[in-house]
Amino acid sequence: MARFIIKRVFYMILVLWIVTTITFFLVHSIPGDPVSAMVQDLPEETRELYLEQYGFDQPKIVQYIRFMKQLLQGDLGSSLRYPGRKVAEIASSFAPVSAQIGGIALAIGFTVGTILGIIAALNRNRFSDRVIMILALLGTTIPTFVTASLLQYVFTVVCPIFPTTGWGGAEHMVLPVACMCVGPLATYARYMRSSVLDTTSQDYVLTAEAKGARTPRIVMFHIFRNSFLPCLTVLCTSVASIFSGSFIVEKIFAIPGLGTYFISAINDRDYSMILGLNIIFTGIYILSVLVTDILLGVLDPRIRLAEKN
Amino acid sequence: MENTKSYVPCQEDFVIIGCDDAATEQMPPVSLTYWQHSFRRFKSNKVALVSAVVLLLIVVMTIVGPLMSPYDMEVVDLSQRNLWPSATYWFGTDQLGRDLFSRVWEGGRVSIIIGLLGSLIVALVGCIYGGVSAYFGGRVDNLMMRVVEILSSVPHLLVVIMMSIVLDSSSVGTLLFAMCITGWCPVARLVRSQMLQISRSEYVMAAKVMGVKPLTSIMTHFIPNTLSIIIVNITFRIPGFIFGEAFLSYVGLGVQPPATSWGALCSAASLNFLFYPYQLIIPAGLIALTMLCFTLIGDGLRDALDPKLRR
Amino acid sequence: MSMGNILEVKNLHVSFKSYAGTVKAVRGVDFVLGPQQTLAMVGESGCGKTVTAKSILRLFGRTSGEISKDSSILFHDEELLNLNKRKLSEIRGGKISMIFQDSMTSLNPTMRVGKQIAECIRLHNKISREEAMKKACDLLRLVEIPNPEERLKNFPHQMSGGMRQRVMIAMALSCNPEVLIADEPTTALDVTIQAQLIDLLRSLRERMGMSVILVTHDLGVVADFADYIQVMYAGQIVERGTKEEIFKDPKHPYTWALLDSIPNRSQPRKSRLYSLKGTPPNLLLPIEGCPFAARCRYCMPVCKKQAPTETSFSDSHRVNCWLNHPMAPKDVRKGGGAQ
Repeated sequence: MARFIIKRVFYMILVLWIVTTITFFLVHSIPGDPVSAMVQDLPEETRELYLEQYGFDQPKIVQYIRFMKQLLQGDLGSSLRYPGRKVAEIASSFAPVSAQIGGIALAIGFTVGTILGIIAALNRNRFSDRVIMILALLGTTIPTFVTASLLQYVFTVVCPIFPTTGWGGAEHMVLPVACMCVGPLATYARYMRSSVLDTTSQDYVLTAEAKGARTPRIVMFHIFRNSFLPCLTVLCTSVASIFSGSFIVEKIFAIPGLGTYFISAINDRDYSMILGLNIIFTGIYILSVLVTDILLGVLDPRIRLAEKN
Repeated sequence: MENTKSYVPCQEDFVIIGCDDAATEQMPPVSLTYWQHSFRRFKSNKVALVSAVVLLLIVVMTIVGPLMSPYDMEVVDLSQRNLWPSATYWFGTDQLGRDLFSRVWEGGRVSIIIGLLGSLIVALVGCIYGGVSAYFGGRVDNLMMRVVEILSSVPHLLVVIMMSIVLDSSSVGTLLFAMCITGWCPVARLVRSQMLQISRSEYVMAAKVMGVKPLTSIMTHFIPNTLSIIIVNITFRIPGFIFGEAFLSYVGLGVQPPATSWGALCSAASLNFLFYPYQLIIPAGLIALTMLCFTLIGDGLRDALDPKLRR
Repeated sequence: MSMGNILEVKNLHVSFKSYAGTVKAVRGVDFVLGPQQTLAMVGESGCGKTVTAKSILRLFGRTSGEISKDSSILFHDEELLNLNKRKLSEIRGGKISMIFQDSMTSLNPTMRVGKQIAECIRLHNKISREEAMKKACDLLRLVEIPNPEERLKNFPHQMSGGMRQRVMIAMALSCNPEVLIADEPTTALDVTIQAQLIDLLRSLRERMGMSVILVTHDLGVVADFADYIQVMYAGQIVERGTKEEIFKDPKHPYTWALLDSIPNRSQPRKSRLYSLKGTPPNLLLPIEGCPFAARCRYCMPVCKKQAPTETSFSDSHRVNCWLNHPMAPKDVRKGGGAQ
């Protein structure tokens, strides 16, 4: 197991390096220089001063080596738009906000989604199954910004119980979290339902029944684990969807999280900020894939054994 | 006994006539090909059929819709700003007084084209890549799959955002390029694993043993058995592209004016959603409806093409 | 029939709903099982033997299997078909247990085999986890698995097919059942392992004094193991009798066909092995007359008009065939195995 984890960690670092390199050269291959892309009507002297200050006048490869050196020290560069603002600082002060919303939303979506999926599968083709599946279908087809706007409308105009913008206490979290958990919840409900249906038709469920086990026991000990494992592999992709959800949700609800900064960096064409945040997002994503891999290895004896041999 | 007819057998009934060899080898009365069977199953699925009809209506409207309205989508009329839907402006007007009816259908055209073309491109590239990888196997396969692995370790959306920023032109073509550049990876994986599975299966071995030429084998075994999965996959991928375009437009990276799309319309409408909700609800509803249709058709196709998955 | 039967099945009808219509898989099956008897159900695939076996415990899983209202399955004179779920689950695995054909898919892949056996023990006995594990270990020893202590901790995929089937047997025997239903227990295994397993089953049957219902299409296994045989065709029993009666003096053309298709050393060297042509009737449709008529070498006009009734040759030997009617031609069987 330890060897497996070490191998995966090395692989992850390699991938992160490749991705960083590609992203770096992509950003630096944008026609024109970053400064003039950001602010068009800058006097020529100021522009050159800027370029020199950020080292943009040097050859690409020199810039790259400098960037990698800084990166190894945990420095992701600083904002072009707001000089003096370090990307790493912004990330460390605003990431917790994003992580909080995203984490809670994912946790709620995953738990409620899987439970609903199990309920739907066990009541296949009955009323509860139909209702859950129709709701899940709607959940996957309505874009996040629509849900967000609708929630805002309802809670501003119809019944203002929760604040619809800003960041502060727990009450500020309700709407964004509700908004963000819809997607994963619906996806997991759909996925878990089909996974459970798959498991229920397996022979070992019949064996358990023949042993005299009753439904709750069969669901708990024989169906749940075996249908949960394939669901877990989808978990890492939904970490990515949490990002995309968070970009929009944070923007709409005016939450000072990483997503808001990312979107404003895009709108400002703040390249160093985009580059830095991109690396952070990718890192988190790869990390979550790694965690899922390890988790799967621990939970599924077949994978555990395959690794050992 | 089941048969309770009061029949009294007589001596003539007890002569051995034996069995008729032809009658014992009875075949089912009608023999349908795989595709005919699938088509029948799909037709019997009412939900999928209704979705297909609704989708067809939407597609037709995106073609003829703008012609039906007397107003051009680009004509600004500042005296007619933010009007609610009425007999003159069927879907109302936007903040610049442009007719939303023609804008919504024009935008829909862009969204649906992106959805269809995007998933087709992705499927094509994925099939070729996955097929080549599976065909050569060994070191080539290993290398090609490593590339896929690395490409898919970056969240898809980030790649799309990066590419749109780098390309910086935001036409439909660049948008498609940005969305497809890593979008084909899952398809390539799927095709490769499917190909490997088929090539290891006993019926392909049997064909090989009987001296069937590789090309014939590819035509009769590999393509039909992969095609159904790919068709289903394409259907499920279309909503993802429409969604992706909507997201990009919402963030400000999508199609740029004067062109528009459902995502761009939603984005523009969301600023004063509280006052003019119809401006958002109509395009957003159409996005949701289109995605719903594609998902339901996908479900129907999956059930129709792969009877094993039927539930 | 003699008193003290453990199991009595009367007029069993089972049907499945499918897209094409209702499949009548079992069409009026009656049989009894006495203490310490072994009853074999034989027939080709799709003849309803497995469905009959599964109906006893109402094990239809997610399929739409439905037992008709006028069927009856008595276990010690208690109607199994009227039991509620709780009572039924006490019978399942406790008094009547079952082993399935494919041991690879019949064991939970993510649960250690020891735990799977212990689960069965603890479902029917109030004992601690440790005691159950100890008993599971004894059971593995009983089914002749080497190193039972180590094997308890294995997952199913770490064992060979024969070993897994032994685990299935251990699990089925864990609560000293009165009846063991074995559904093609050896079909998925290779021949040497088959023989070992049949030996094991035989010795366990003697030691534990239980009755066995064996479902198989392998007459070799039946010859080794069974006391009574019933031959099934298209959801009905066409011939039944003791092992001797069926092997030495079969009366039904279908039984003849089954027996003739076993390779036999006394046959002339270059003669072709007999094989029965055609396929069983479509169970979606009602059957007119004798279900076997279309494939029967000795078919008579009456066979297509009306279903035959049962003719008794002894207490145990009964046949459903018009050939045994007084008006039918005598001794029609050409060549083959009666000698």
